[in-house]
Parts: sequence; C-alpha cells; structure tokens
Amino acid sequence: MAPRIATSAAEAVSGIHDGSTVLIGGFGNAGQPMELIDALMDCGATDLTVVNNNAGQADAGLALLIKERRVKKVICSFPRQSDSWHFDEAYRAGEIELELVPQGNLAERIRAAGAGIGGFFTPTGYGTMLAEGKETRVIDGKGYVLETPISADFAIIKAQRADTLGNLVYRKTARNFGPIMATAAKKSIVQVSEIVAAGELDPENVITPGIFVDTLVTIGGTK
Amino acid sequence: MSEYTSTDAALSRDEMAKLVAADIPAGAFVNLGIGQPTNVSNFLTTEQGVTLHTENGMLGMGPVATGEDIDGELINAGKIPVTELPGASYFHHADSFAMMRGGHLDVCVLGAFQVSQEGDLANWHTGAPGAIPAVGGAMDLAIGAKQTWVMMGLFTKAGESKLVEELSYPVTGLGCVSRIYTESAIFVIDQSGVTVRSTHGITFEELAERLPIELIRGA
Repeated sequence: MAPRIATSAAEAVSGIHDGSTVLIGGFGNAGQPMELIDALMDCGATDLTVVNNNAGQADAGLALLIKERRVKKVICSFPRQSDSWHFDEAYRAGEIELELVPQGNLAERIRAAGAGIGGFFTPTGYGTMLAEGKETRVIDGKGYVLETPISADFAIIKAQRADTLGNLVYRKTARNFGPIMATAAKKSIVQVSEIVAAGELDPENVITPGIFVDTLVTIGGTK
Repeated sequence: MSEYTSTDAALSRDEMAKLVAADIPAGAFVNLGIGQPTNVSNFLTTEQGVTLHTENGMLGMGPVATGEDIDGELINAGKIPVTELPGASYFHHADSFAMMRGGHLDVCVLGAFQVSQEGDLANWHTGAPGAIPAVGGAMDLAIGAKQTWVMMGLFTKAGESKLVEELSYPVTGLGCVSRIYTESAIFVIDQSGVTVRSTHGITFEELAERLPIELIRGA
C-alpha cells in the first residue's frame, strides 16, 4: 500500500502513543529528523523507549524529550557528549534507564529486527563488561556474544527525497541509521525535503524501497 | 618491519603521526579514530592511495571542510564537517560496521588508556564511579580491522606505564592490538611477545627498567 502523505509533522507522528518504542534516525545532527522529534515533543506521548546513536545534544530534539522526562529508557551507543547535559542530569538522577550498546551491534540489532533474524553472534564486545550476562560462544577459536534484535513500534527518520510510493534516497552521511530503522519498525515515518511522482526516482538509486515506509511528510530544506 | 632504531629526542605528536602514516601500506582501507589518530591523515601521501573510512557511513573521506564546503550532512565520526574525494561512497550503519567487523578494513588506528602485553585494549571507559559510560564504535573498531594500531602517551601523568601486564581499565577488545606508537618507543605485539622497534629519548635498557613487562629488542 502506498504510504500516507501527512500534511504536517504533527499529523505524521499523531499515532505515537505512550509507552511506544521509537527508533530515531541520525548521527549527531546529520540525518536527525528534527521536525518530527519536535512534533513528537508537542504530541505529548510519554514513557517512551528511544533508540538512537546518542542521547540528545544541547537544547534541541531528543535532548528536550529527555529534559521533559518523556523518555523512560534510551538504547544508544554514545550518550555522553560535551553537550548532553539533559541526559546527564536525568541519568544521574536515576530518572532514565540506559542500555549501552556498541555502535555496530546497535546497527546490526536494528538490521536483524528488520530482516527477521532472531539473534546473532557478534565478536564485538566479547570479553567486555557490555557482554556480562549474555550468552557467549567460541566459534572456530574466536569468541562471540549473542545479541538480540531491536524492533520498534515506530521509526522516525529523515531522507532527502521520496516518491509517492515511499521509495527513498538519502544525502551523504545523513543516511546513517535511516535505511535500517525504516525496516525495523511497525510504522516508519519519514520526513523528506521533497516528494516526487512515482517514476521520477531512478529505481537503481533507491536506497529504501517503499515497502518499508508508512508515512511521509515534506519539510522544507535539506540542511 | 624495519630494523631497530633510536633517536635522542622523544617523538612529537606530529612525528608519531608521520611514522604511523608511513607504515600504512599503499592502497589500504583505513579508519582513523578520534583524537591523535585523526592527525595521521595529514601525513598520508597521494601516492599511497589510502582510502579513509568513517564509521558513520563513508569511504573516500577527504580533509576537514572549511568555508563554503561545510555541509552539516557530510561529517565524520567525530561529527566534524569533512569533504568527499573522487570515488567516495556512502552507506548505512549496518553496512559500515559489517565492513569493519567483517575484516574488510586493513588498518584501524586508535587512542588508548592502556594496552596489555597480550594486545588487550582499554580505551572506552575509565571505570571511575559516577562516570557515564559511552562506547560508540570503540569495541567494533578494536576487533574489526585486519590490524589495530594504537597511538598513545607511554606514561601516565604519574609516570606509570600504560603498556601493562594486565588491564586495570575496562576492556574494549581482547588480543586485538598489534602495534603501539608512543613518544618514547614503538612496539610490535605478536606471538613472540612485545618487541621494541625503536626508542626515542630513552634507551632500550631504561625502557626495560620502567615497563612492567618483558620486552624484546628489535633486530
């Protein structure tokens, strides 16, 4: 089915309910769906589990959701940054749960969820405190840790351009988590700078096929 | 591996970066970690034909962007705006880390808090009480490339060796480091043990005295 085309970011995220697990794209500010996050802020959904590489920067986007205590748990690889003060405060106050995952395992766990994989053995983290309590196995003399998929109710991501069937192309390093997050959520909500007619994107260049996209919204500008 | 050498003065950071750059094989795919390792790119030559990988999703990364070239959607793993070189490619995170974990990168250069004589690496977490842990790609980088090299100061401010018998900091990866570049010496770690390839501002004998591990003098 062709994706729903929302007329505003608010409409696009209106289905996100309390207690949802939400994958949020972006690495730093590149690819961060800032307008969708702001709309999520305004829609009032709380008790969220958020999956992102980071835990918010400065006074914008995810950082504000955390500041307002709308996030009960964050699954990420790199929460602590020079400007992650809202996360730091919530964490030190014991008001947010953190599941720290090595970046590549985070990506692969999201990919696994989208690909229907029940778990995988990865060498990353073997022998470290992030593998404590996890099943391990030695395969051909090398140690591996069992990691499980991260699936979600919603993904909110940013792409550069979509067609009306939801096919997506991205721009430069803003691609980062977008393509895998789109596959791993029950509903994927995508902000783009432009929606073109089906047939206007070269099928050879489509990065995320429209089957993974449920809602599109146009937000002006790509930077 | 070149012959054992020594210089009277300790290496500057630029000299260390220059030596690392010279050791990177021609045509290699390389990931340079954040901090000191990033400086290595300033000493790679065009003739070397090295391709830089940044784990947020790019091969063929060029120098740091300035002026009009700054683009918020073209950044490196340190979130610094960079440029793309002809032949660059972009890919998503799962592909980027598959590239690493799958052993497709030739060399990864990282900073470290400590390295053990077995090549175990500690560079992600001090383990200090109250410290908020953040790992990023450190564990993937440590074990992913064909060779993992470390650049670090050899001694702590208190004068203790950061090349140790066993790690006291939390582990990033086990048995993964094969070379260590420091201001005082360059070390190679393999099955035979820890070999000193060169010394700088210190003699092999003085070094052997100060480090808590057994050292082999390079041939």
